[in-house]
Amino acid sequence: MTEAGLTMLNRTADSVARATPEPLARKVRGISDKGLAWLFISPTILLLLAINIFPLFWAIYLSFTNYRANRPNEVVKNVGLANYKRILGDQDIWIAMQTTAHFVFWTILLQTLIGFTLAWLIDRKFRGHAFWTTIILVPMMLSPAVVGNFWRFLYEPQIGLFAYAISFVSGIPPTDIQMLSNVSLAPWSIIIVDTWMWTPYVMLICLAGLRSIPEYIYEAAEVDRASNWRQFWSITLPMALPFIMLAVLFRGIENFKMFDMVTLLTGGGPGSTTEVASITLKRQAFESWRTGYSSAFAIILFVAVFGLANIYVKALNKVKQR
Amino acid sequence: MKSTLKLTLGLASAMLASTAVSNVAHAEDLTLCWAAWDPANALVELSKDFTKESGIGMKFEFVPWTNYADRFLNELNSKGKLCDLIIGDSQWIGGAAENGHYVKLNDFFDKEKISMDDFVPATVVGYSEWPKNTPNYWALPAMGDVVGWTYRKDWFSKPELQKEFKEKYGWDLAAPTTFDQLKQIAEFFQKREIDGKTVYGASIYTERGSEGITMGAMDVLYSFGFQYENPKKPYEMEGFVNSEKSVKGLEFYKALYDCCTPPGASNSYMGEGVDAFKSGQVAMHMNFAFTWPGLQKDENVGGDKIGYFVNPKGPDGDQFAQLGGQGISVVSYSDKQEAALKYIKWFANKDVQAKWWSLGGYSCLNAVVKDPSFPASQPYAQTFLDSMAIVKDFWAEPSYAPLLQASQKRFHDYVVAGQGSAKDALDGLVKDWTEVFQDDGKM
Repeated sequence: MTEAGLTMLNRTADSVARATPEPLARKVRGISDKGLAWLFISPTILLLLAINIFPLFWAIYLSFTNYRANRPNEVVKNVGLANYKRILGDQDIWIAMQTTAHFVFWTILLQTLIGFTLAWLIDRKFRGHAFWTTIILVPMMLSPAVVGNFWRFLYEPQIGLFAYAISFVSGIPPTDIQMLSNVSLAPWSIIIVDTWMWTPYVMLICLAGLRSIPEYIYEAAEVDRASNWRQFWSITLPMALPFIMLAVLFRGIENFKMFDMVTLLTGGGPGSTTEVASITLKRQAFESWRTGYSSAFAIILFVAVFGLANIYVKALNKVKQR
Repeated sequence: MKSTLKLTLGLASAMLASTAVSNVAHAEDLTLCWAAWDPANALVELSKDFTKESGIGMKFEFVPWTNYADRFLNELNSKGKLCDLIIGDSQWIGGAAENGHYVKLNDFFDKEKISMDDFVPATVVGYSEWPKNTPNYWALPAMGDVVGWTYRKDWFSKPELQKEFKEKYGWDLAAPTTFDQLKQIAEFFQKREIDGKTVYGASIYTERGSEGITMGAMDVLYSFGFQYENPKKPYEMEGFVNSEKSVKGLEFYKALYDCCTPPGASNSYMGEGVDAFKSGQVAMHMNFAFTWPGLQKDENVGGDKIGYFVNPKGPDGDQFAQLGGQGISVVSYSDKQEAALKYIKWFANKDVQAKWWSLGGYSCLNAVVKDPSFPASQPYAQTFLDSMAIVKDFWAEPSYAPLLQASQKRFHDYVVAGQGSAKDALDGLVKDWTEVFQDDGKM
């Protein structure tokens, strides 16, 4: 830009500044750092209030009513704690909670064991470990919808590779290996898929934990002639424990609200064998349209997860302080 | 300069005007909501004539069956304006009428001289009336449908199989007329090698998520003597839903599932049934009649290879079939109700209904289905007519959704998962349904 051009621009800016009403200019000039910070975060806070906090309080309100979303013209009555009493006395709800607990327990156990073992092996830094790390991470990168659908085909007794592989090893005819239709096998079919998909995630967190252990501690142990076994139990595991616990927390919360994989693989069946709490909640809310009842159930689930997670986080902090 | 300015202004005005005109035309377009299935494609084809005649454009919102109820009931409950016309499921009629989702059509029918006497009676009761059996109409019967059966005529006519069957069961292998016969045929074909391939007895409804297993089990239960309520005392279900005959019916359905379905068929509904039949897996196939035109045309299993039969009789000779199908309604939240009513008037026309049948839709108009040429018009036409004469439908109460969820759970738990007995399942169903009606203040 030429000098004449710059002069022209400055003049224009000056005239705009002069034209700005004095109260507004003072306001903009006088804003504090704190005020500015609030100004910047207020859109996020408003958004959170609108899509998180307000629905939560609204659900709490609805949980004390007989409201049904498919009866917009009906008078909404306050029913007090009736919905909560009904849920806590409903056998089907308890069965769904047991199914959820079974699913959470086994997926976490398997994912932690396999994930930590894989992390420990990858941490050995053998030749090609970077390549294998990438390969192991692939399932985690896939969409749950894709994973659910292709595992449904893999489990297919007539054409599925899984049934053929098991048949090849066991000699049982593939058509008798009905993973998704058999009451005993269906819960395990979901556990297998979830473990296949999310073990890499646990592995990554564990790997971060293992890599954070200073090398000099192992060197000191070597000097003290500690065996590999002793090093593992006295150094590796205790120092990686906060990371393992963190992985367990993340997976526990995720699996407690597991919905997509169960819907895609079994839809809660056969019967209600794999009907976890989130599926029951969805059915009550959007298929039976018992909005008040399902709001109460959602609040109970929220309190349960929140309470358990809080206790767990306290335990995690204690472990970290040791 | 002046002329350039004028030209620019003129062009801009012309562009604005054309946009406005196209917007006006666009604003008149009607949106019709329905399930994504073969008849919907036929309706798109048929509706081109309406656009040609009236100048009103048609847009369509089709949703797969598995999400159909969720999607459109949400739309209606939230008083959405997406659909001007909706072809809603027969069970929605009570809720849609009582909650004000549909426009009542009595005055319109009177004005346009559309008489419900011109339609197949079962479809009027099933798709249009609420309360049932009263002259309060909320829809025009649009798509007749009923559960029936298809079978592999080519397999049934193999001499070696006919001979073996006769020796084993003592009667000629043919389309069954009773459920006992159906089970014998299914057992006969189960895991049999035909043309170098292992085949299975029958494909039946077992789906858990929406309505599948209820539609299938009820198809059998009705003919065994199941009743929803005491005919003399509405909502009294004890001894009717869980009668001894009902228990026998449910036990039969489980026995059929256990003995004679393909491996892994634990969550099977319309699509899975069609796949099983088309891929040559099963000898018989339970499904709604809307699937028949597609199967008839299929190169591998259609033509002379396929036969159709009405839902068989139960042990006491009773014979009923589960009603499917839907009526077309005007959504009360639509801003284009006048245009939507024009569409209904056009759709009720005899020639349009005849074309609807020829394109693959199932007309409910007497003038079409009672035409002497109708039974011979398609190989499945007579079976459709016979089936429509024996229909029964699920509850169409405003609370149909929780009623359906209860039966889905109870039936699937017993039939597929094998939990408890048939008596337990039906006793549980009475308990669940009673609770729903008590919540509604009807008991």
